[in-house]
Amino acid sequence: MMRAQAFLAAGVAAVTVLVAAAVAQTTRQPTAKDLRPVPSFQNIADQQARSIALFEEAGKVLQHARCVNCHPATERPLQSDAMRPHQPLVVRGADGHGVPGMTCNTCHHAANFDAARVPGHPQWHLAPASMAWEGRTLGEICAQIKDPNRNGGKDMAALLHHMAEDTLVGWGWAPGPGREPAPGTQAAFGGLLRAWADAGAHCPPS
Amino acid sequence: MTTHDVALSRRAMLKGAAGLVIGLYLPEKARAQSGAAHAFRRAAGGADFAPNAFIRIGADDTVTVLIKHIEFGQGPFTGLATLVAEELDADWSKVRAEHAPSNTDFYKNLAFGVQGTGGSTAIANSYDQMRKAGATARAMLVAAAAQSWGVPAREITVERGVLRHTGTGREGRFGQFAEAAARQPVPADPPLKDPSVFRLIGRDDGSVKKLDSAAKSNGTAQFTIDMREPGMLTVVVAHPPRFGARVASFDASAARAVQGVVDVKQVPTGVAVYANGTWPAIKGREQLRISWDESAAEKRSSDQLIEEYRALARRPGRIAGAHGDAITTLARAERIIEAEYVFPYLAHAPMEPLDGFLGWDGQRAHARFGSQLQTLDHQTIATVLGLKPEQVELETMLAGGSFGRRAQQTSHLAAELAEVTKAIGPGRPVKLVWTREDDIRGGYYRPLIVHRMRGGLGDGKIVAWTDTVVSQSILKGSPFEAVMAKGGIDATSVEGAKEIPYDIADFRCDLHTTDVGVPVLWWRSVGHTHTGYAVECFVDELLQATGQDPVAGRLAMMGKAPREAGVLRAVAELAQWSGPGPVNGRARGVAVVKSFDSYVAQIAEVSAGDDGPRVHKVWCAVDCGVPVNPDVIRAQMEGGIGFGVGAALYGEVALDEGRPVPANFDTYRVLRIHEMPQVEVRVVNSSEKPTGVGEPGVPPIGPAVANAMARLGLGRPRRLPLVRAVA
Amino acid sequence: MALAIKVNGTMQSVDVDNDAPLLWVLRDALGLAGTKFGCGVAQCGACTVFVDGKPMRSCTLPISALGTREVTTIEGVSGREAEAVQQAWIARDVPQCGYCQSGQVMSAVALLKQIKQPSDRDIDLAMNGNVCRCATYARIRAAIHDAARALEG
Repeated sequence: MMRAQAFLAAGVAAVTVLVAAAVAQTTRQPTAKDLRPVPSFQNIADQQARSIALFEEAGKVLQHARCVNCHPATERPLQSDAMRPHQPLVVRGADGHGVPGMTCNTCHHAANFDAARVPGHPQWHLAPASMAWEGRTLGEICAQIKDPNRNGGKDMAALLHHMAEDTLVGWGWAPGPGREPAPGTQAAFGGLLRAWADAGAHCPPS
Repeated sequence: MTTHDVALSRRAMLKGAAGLVIGLYLPEKARAQSGAAHAFRRAAGGADFAPNAFIRIGADDTVTVLIKHIEFGQGPFTGLATLVAEELDADWSKVRAEHAPSNTDFYKNLAFGVQGTGGSTAIANSYDQMRKAGATARAMLVAAAAQSWGVPAREITVERGVLRHTGTGREGRFGQFAEAAARQPVPADPPLKDPSVFRLIGRDDGSVKKLDSAAKSNGTAQFTIDMREPGMLTVVVAHPPRFGARVASFDASAARAVQGVVDVKQVPTGVAVYANGTWPAIKGREQLRISWDESAAEKRSSDQLIEEYRALARRPGRIAGAHGDAITTLARAERIIEAEYVFPYLAHAPMEPLDGFLGWDGQRAHARFGSQLQTLDHQTIATVLGLKPEQVELETMLAGGSFGRRAQQTSHLAAELAEVTKAIGPGRPVKLVWTREDDIRGGYYRPLIVHRMRGGLGDGKIVAWTDTVVSQSILKGSPFEAVMAKGGIDATSVEGAKEIPYDIADFRCDLHTTDVGVPVLWWRSVGHTHTGYAVECFVDELLQATGQDPVAGRLAMMGKAPREAGVLRAVAELAQWSGPGPVNGRARGVAVVKSFDSYVAQIAEVSAGDDGPRVHKVWCAVDCGVPVNPDVIRAQMEGGIGFGVGAALYGEVALDEGRPVPANFDTYRVLRIHEMPQVEVRVVNSSEKPTGVGEPGVPPIGPAVANAMARLGLGRPRRLPLVRAVA
Repeated sequence: MALAIKVNGTMQSVDVDNDAPLLWVLRDALGLAGTKFGCGVAQCGACTVFVDGKPMRSCTLPISALGTREVTTIEGVSGREAEAVQQAWIARDVPQCGYCQSGQVMSAVALLKQIKQPSDRDIDLAMNGNVCRCATYARIRAAIHDAARALEG
């Protein structure tokens, strides 16, 4: 765990500690600004390989801070491009909207408030624990999002609609200043997933 | 909601009992809350009794105590009023507190010689003075009653605001005799009570409640930022991104286009945006385009400074304290243990960022803000505006915390307030507001410090100790330099390190004073913020290396430190100390630090959490002499511990090529409620003169936590904060 | 822009920018200064008010987004929970500098309106967004428990 690492680093002798500051920078994936267009995958003859390649491209979005921050592995969301634990301490609560006295919309209002760099959306909330992506491989995430028991009971059509049309998902491409948008566009992301499904919705091996 | 309209009217010259002074007339509401203006008022008809500069008694029996120290949470309103009420035998429910106005003659801190608050001196320097003020008033009330009743004064008793003569069965309230008391001669040397008959001082049954809790629980307490006046402009200033930079040029056209922005002016500290309200001022500032001249700016990063400091610490510095021959003994020691401790710059981050109100008509000025060094701030405003001090009035407001931030040896806030006022010209009252980003990136930090410690062991004991401290000087270049920084040694850099409570035959502490372009300031407990950590971690490490118990080992070396030993024994008893553990994953760490003449020992119970040490419980024993208000003392220990835990775990203003990295509470992490340990405090009985409690709760907690971490196998952190930021 | 907003039960007309946060409208336009500025970025909770009865940070809510929702500030908060909380705050002498306490009180009242007997964990989570640099947290926790007991009795 990166957090434990930063903590432990403080405990060792001074000489080593002096370089520890650099350790703290996160497990975040390198990000691309754009997504490859679907036609560029046509040269992959094998349908399963093409499907996997399409999913891996879409994975640049799925594993981006904009998505993972609110699909955390614990009760607590992450925050910022560096994916640090959300300050203050907030938790998912019963319905993903927080707990009494400290719901998401205590601070996050209906739209981004750029002056304070506080993001917003009318439905701002956390994904359920079953949809946690933090720390998961792309293969694991793929299996997870296809599984109606873990994706909120969605069939493929509903899943594709959610990814391509949901405006809270869409926030990931319009996160306001100080936050890196997810790569590409929501439409391109939706297109990749549709093509992935059309090619058999195969998952990466890991 | 007009109650918040604090319309300042023309001031009036009023004659107070203690001499001709200048008062300032305010509407009743504002006066009751913020105080100073009321100071020298005597109501029409002279019904009020004002025996001295500190006490006003009204016909309605209200006893108003003028408090010369700023109230920003440490409790001087309650504490100083308690001292007066004790000797006055007042009814506590009739006692009120207000800030005294700025007047060095009447209201100087007897420890400083100027009016100001700091060094946890409020109770210590006021103890005799305020009791005497109360005793004087009591004697005059008694004399008035004796005259009225035709009985000897010595036969009159006073209890809870009621004067009685048992022989004749007469009794009367303070208010009834206020007017007559004002005509009595002022006794030169009224007798003070023997502590054995105190009724309010030291009382711990919950009856001596704080005077300011209600107004601070319902939103009516007035702070500087709450000032509103017709025609008032709100001002924010764009400060340079690096310390020492200056404005080269700026383009304000976009800023001026923001609705509500009234004007933009260059001032010595940056570019000031004047607006009708705070929001347009902030928005306008965002639109400024400023080119900074950074030729003289500080451009080093924290990591670079630390490397430079560590290199310096390898060489001996200027001796701050020494006995025996530590160098020789160290060289001959059976075993040498070395440790280097690195401390970051820290922001104070009081909840109310810096702010100030100033009205100026060209001839006279009145300022209202949370001034902590009134004498300096008053003079600074006069100087900037080209006025004589008597043309300036300074009214102290309640402040939303300080932790040292408002005690500015440079009066930089008062100077900026006066400069922005001067730049816009007379007749435009201004409220200067710093935002949180201004606060955290604005400098005046606790310095960055390195301690290099070496300990010599022999025969299972500590035989030699050296400590080389590297730090900027807080006092250098300030008015306090002459008194507190003698012989090239800034006492605030080495307090708590140049003499330690442990009997170690050969001892040396030396200091390198560095020159860095980052403005620094005292931060709650000043030098003890780092010396407490370095000394208490290192002694713990040496005790562990020699197989000694952290409590017993310390006590064995405390032969010449009875009060340190006293609180250490007390806290060990309170915590039922049976060694450091760990037991069931929890270890206990100890530290004891004397600061500001108060003695505090703490034991922290700590476990290793996912994202850092988890401090479950802290036991604390404090010896601060006569405990004036035990519950305020406990509150200060609780608060000091929380403040200290937050700083130890998370506090750091890192510099990146001179630019402060954190900007707000998301990146300058502070303690939140789920991280607050349980705290149990024992106030040790003492008949010594009372000493302060605002700061002394802070120093022991960092090392106590670190010493517990060592017992958890996490090592004693050599670089703070204990949890490095994940930015 | 002229707007009509309902604050503490009264309609108020204010002339402010669309993007002006509710905090500054309350403080600068309406003189309701009990609601405090501490960070401006929803990190400290000093600006907590109720919007349609739910706690919100007023520093990040642009006035244009308020709509017809009703605002309650520390000056207007009332009811059993508010009385119990404020009495408990005074009885415990919770405040030190006092600056954050309007927000603390609002958050505590909101908690007790929803959870009658909050656990320490409930308190930790509900009060986590309210920073107190004086670290009065231990007394805040105790006072919330006191208030809960008083409401039960």
